[in-house]
Amino acid sequence: MNLPSNEVRRQTSSGGILNKIGHVFLAVVIPLVSFFILYLGFLFLRDSKASREIIVLVAIIWGVGGVGLLYWVFNWLVEKLPDPWKGRLLPFVFVGPAVAILSWYLAVPTLRTFYISLFDRNGPPADLNFIQQLLSGSFVGPANYIAVFTEDLMLQAFRNNLMWIVFGSTFSVIFGLLIAVLADRSSFEKLAKSLIFLPMAISFVGASIIWNFIYEYRPAGETQIGLLNSIITSMGGAPQAWPQWVAVAPWNNLFLIVIVVWLQAGFAMVLFSAALKGIPEEMLEAGRIDGANEFQIFFRIMLPSIQGTLISVWTTIVIFTLKIFDVVWVMTGGQFGTHVIATQFYRQTFTNRNSGFGSAIAIILLVAVIPVMFYNLKQFREQEAF
Amino acid sequence: MRGQKQRKQFGKFLVNLTLLFIIIIWTVPTLGIFVSSFRNRTKIDTTGWWAVLPHREWQAVSELDPKSLGLDPDGIMEIEGISGTFDEFRAGVETPDGKRLTWLGNKRLGRIEVQEQVWAVDWDFSLDNYRQVLGGQDFEFKRPDGTVEVVPGDNMINAFLNSLAVAIPSTVIPILIAAFAAYAFAWMKFPGRRTLFIMVVALLVVPLQIALVPILRDYKALNLNGTFLAIWLAHTGFGLALATYLLYNYISQLPRDILESAFIDGASHFTVFTQLVMPLSLPALASFAIFQFLWVWNDYLVALIFLGGNPEFELVTQRMAAIVGARGQDWHLLTAGAFVSMLLPLIVFFSLQRFFVRGLLAGSVKG
Repeated sequence: MNLPSNEVRRQTSSGGILNKIGHVFLAVVIPLVSFFILYLGFLFLRDSKASREIIVLVAIIWGVGGVGLLYWVFNWLVEKLPDPWKGRLLPFVFVGPAVAILSWYLAVPTLRTFYISLFDRNGPPADLNFIQQLLSGSFVGPANYIAVFTEDLMLQAFRNNLMWIVFGSTFSVIFGLLIAVLADRSSFEKLAKSLIFLPMAISFVGASIIWNFIYEYRPAGETQIGLLNSIITSMGGAPQAWPQWVAVAPWNNLFLIVIVVWLQAGFAMVLFSAALKGIPEEMLEAGRIDGANEFQIFFRIMLPSIQGTLISVWTTIVIFTLKIFDVVWVMTGGQFGTHVIATQFYRQTFTNRNSGFGSAIAIILLVAVIPVMFYNLKQFREQEAF
Repeated sequence: MRGQKQRKQFGKFLVNLTLLFIIIIWTVPTLGIFVSSFRNRTKIDTTGWWAVLPHREWQAVSELDPKSLGLDPDGIMEIEGISGTFDEFRAGVETPDGKRLTWLGNKRLGRIEVQEQVWAVDWDFSLDNYRQVLGGQDFEFKRPDGTVEVVPGDNMINAFLNSLAVAIPSTVIPILIAAFAAYAFAWMKFPGRRTLFIMVVALLVVPLQIALVPILRDYKALNLNGTFLAIWLAHTGFGLALATYLLYNYISQLPRDILESAFIDGASHFTVFTQLVMPLSLPALASFAIFQFLWVWNDYLVALIFLGGNPEFELVTQRMAAIVGARGQDWHLLTAGAFVSMLLPLIVFFSLQRFFVRGLLAGSVKG
């Protein structure tokens, strides 16, 4: 496969000036043609009125092929350069796109969002320069942050998010662990795990529909088609629209949290199950010979040995529940006292069009996630799981 | 010894029983909408989906004519030894021998039905709901009383295709970019290598909410909003840090001598990467691919923001959320639609479960 570069060397050493021009010409033309083809593809996808199937097919080929083509072209260009330049530039062909995209999509936005959060609802005025922006009337300093921590709905969102973190992660971990332990000793381990695991493939929107159907409410006296209300009424209780049940607020949040426990217990189970299988059998056997009962073995041997996994699963779900959005948005839209930080972010930014306030919420979310995530990464590093 | 063996068996029985109970709780929600998605629209609306299980149901066995019995609906009536008012019979009166007498119709022209409890299953399944939710036309629907009602369907097939066009490139592109970067971090020497890698790891913590406002501004300036490219790039950006990190962990562990002998044979980095590293990293690539695919397919927030304005480009999750919002009582559409949206993830999930579990164990958790 090193043939092309040999060929290049031979040809340049033979020294034909035409050859050289030809190479430069190719080095310009091939990238230009590639870019042009990619641009045509973009225009086609944006403006075409072709049938959906064709657009979808073109999109997939263009998107996937285009990225491959770009790497190939840039690599080809760099390989044409003399050796020292090649060695210097090639790593950046490889790593450059990733760094560029990460900078554009995550690194720089963090700073930009922080900057926007210091301004009023319209953000920094676009027609002014940096200094003028800071001196303009739109600059409000920490006012958005003060508002975040004083506004009623925001306080409600913080309280609810705390409930999500505490109950969501705890119940997911407990159920995950319980199922992992039971499945390990049962006669149908594989089936059980697959079924518990299955909800992980379901979207939040799908899960919301599934649980909406469980919670479906009909006025008392009518036939209840929701499972929960049907059970409640058959036992003589009154039907409720569970997540919308304001009388028990804030506990109606629990009916939303259940959905995430249902989704995440499978995740916890898989990690716990792998960790439990990693405990040497002799250790458990030794405990049994010493007369420990199964509960003692669980609490004294199993739990301490899977402590690392326990912490990383717990922190992962904490992060997950911190950023919870879809379930709340689809089920209640944040009404009935169920707002969380991420739904507040959406409401402020896109419904109220208050980008300063929204950005401040996003920054708060980042600050809340950072310590947990660092802890989590440290755990994964220590386990060297990959 | 025998007592111990028995106790062990009993313990196992208890474990199986508890687990079975949990499995049933975990499965019933999905089963409920799965069964309902095949049931007739009125049936979903009037009976619980568990009517497909054998249950006791009242069934008419004979009819009585109040006139020929000489009953007066305005006073107390006595039928087959049971007495009651009109309103009581209207609601149904049970006889001691397990029958039920129900007055149907009004006072003047009514009749009395004698009903008995029988075992019944409600097995009237069809694919009509799927046709309606996918097809996009209006459907004529016959009510049980014979009147015809026109019910608008939904155009999920369009959303399904859009989701494909978003999910496949949004899975492949970040993996390709991340693999190139991971290779460079692991096997190439260049200034700033450590700093850049630390940046990648540090960005794992950034929640995507941070990026939405600035990126949306950029997209507006570049006129990219509502295009496939916009959402591919967004998903690439949000998935890339994790992909690079995970693939780096794998690619840096590949045996050094295999790669070195390839370099000695004169292979270029590009060749080594495409011919050696990519095939060797297939397990890691596959497990991340599954994650990214499920994540993108199931994503709602990113689609809502970057594709939100354009109904042509709506994805399945957006479509489903829109039906929940606008027609939340149309359970025949919601149940079938939910299953259409789950179909592909479930297939991917069950056929590639091994890789999925692998990915989980490797820490495929989005920051």
